[in-house]
Amino acid sequence: MQDRAWVATRKGLFELRRRGAQWAIERTSFLGEPVSMLLPPQDGSGRLFAALNLGHFGVKLHGSDDAGQTWQELAAPAYPPQPEGEPVAGVAWKLVQIWSMAAAGGVLWAGTLPGGLFRSGDNGSSWQLVESLWNQPGRAHWFGGGYDVPGIHSICVHPQRADELVVGISCGGAWASRDGGASWSLSSHGMRAAYMPPDQAGDPNIQDPHLIARCQAAPDVFWCQHHNGIFRSTDNAQSWHEITSAPDTSFGFAVAAHPNDPQTAWFAPAVADERRVPVDGALAVHRTRDGGRSFESLRSGLPQRDCYDLVYRHGLAVDADGKTLLLGSTTGNLWASADAGDSWNQVAANLPPIAALRFG
Amino acid sequence: MARIVFTQQLRRFTETPQVDAPAATLRAALEAAFALNPRLRGYVLDDQDHMRANVVAFIDGRRCSDRVRLDDALKVDSEVHVMQALSGG
Repeated sequence: MQDRAWVATRKGLFELRRRGAQWAIERTSFLGEPVSMLLPPQDGSGRLFAALNLGHFGVKLHGSDDAGQTWQELAAPAYPPQPEGEPVAGVAWKLVQIWSMAAAGGVLWAGTLPGGLFRSGDNGSSWQLVESLWNQPGRAHWFGGGYDVPGIHSICVHPQRADELVVGISCGGAWASRDGGASWSLSSHGMRAAYMPPDQAGDPNIQDPHLIARCQAAPDVFWCQHHNGIFRSTDNAQSWHEITSAPDTSFGFAVAAHPNDPQTAWFAPAVADERRVPVDGALAVHRTRDGGRSFESLRSGLPQRDCYDLVYRHGLAVDADGKTLLLGSTTGNLWASADAGDSWNQVAANLPPIAALRFG
Repeated sequence: MARIVFTQQLRRFTETPQVDAPAATLRAALEAAFALNPRLRGYVLDDQDHMRANVVAFIDGRRCSDRVRLDDALKVDSEVHVMQALSGG
């Protein structure tokens, strides 16, 4: 059971510590600065990373080797110079935001807007663009989902095979590599894009997964909160099937996969794309325990009236124990559960908009 | 000598040298400052060496519009101010 977590917000990085049954904010870093993503220390003692997105001065990457007491600025991932006449018209070729980070097997991965994946083999001191993905011809057809440019929001590394990973791109589908990023194949077959002309709705290259999460103990099982609904894979992301049994709505941004039980996942629903607020002003978390055949609507401790919180893609996290969760909204509210979502208590009510939550 | 001055808003991140340099263009003036503080480059220019979208440069009071070439000419006594644009706020 983890007693530390991190909250990346529009105005800083907050360290949470659990003392007994209660979580509390213990330290603030980068106060006033937008933090778009963080990567907790690996195995509790490695380097902590914070990705900033300064409104004027761009993306910055900072590392801490003492769990946030002191920070050093590291070189942020940088796109190589754009070739003359680069043919992908209209797609940015410069770093806009770090949107995802992962670590496995001594390798760090950073997913970015406008859709490039970066790899570091030296603990974040330097980064290289994964050209094999960036040079995919399909990238010419990616586009922005919620942003002006495409972005990688999910990086799911196989827990036993560090050379296998699946990345999720809005809007560029899901891509899988089994050779440490040397080669890639589309991995979003079965997703459905209702925002496309009907004959293109099944095109895996332009899908908009909002977030993809992998069951650590059963890594062939993935969950996806997609722009058009909920999808699940049980064959290592080779195919996806739609889950339509969620109550009220299947729209949302976040999903958390139970680390040990492939049948269980949590979602943070909102009414619809065109109305991104809780159903009836009442906040709920949806949980399935049977692989998506049925859902429970969990509300205990969450506001049930006049509530317009939206939980963004990385705003729902589950700990390795499968029982401790954190839920954070773009309205700056933060809740915790110690019983797999059966009940929630508010940790903070006046934080800046929450971009990401992670245990560790 | 042309003079280049950076917004105080940068000081919480890195040193902002005020530089007098025989620079004939905006880019040359920026490079003279980056030579003194290499870390400053990434705060003013993006990874394509273009001026960041929410950074603005004024030469002798006139706002520069070209963010890519940065080849606006400087006079021998030009004053360049590199500011943060309110659009980024």
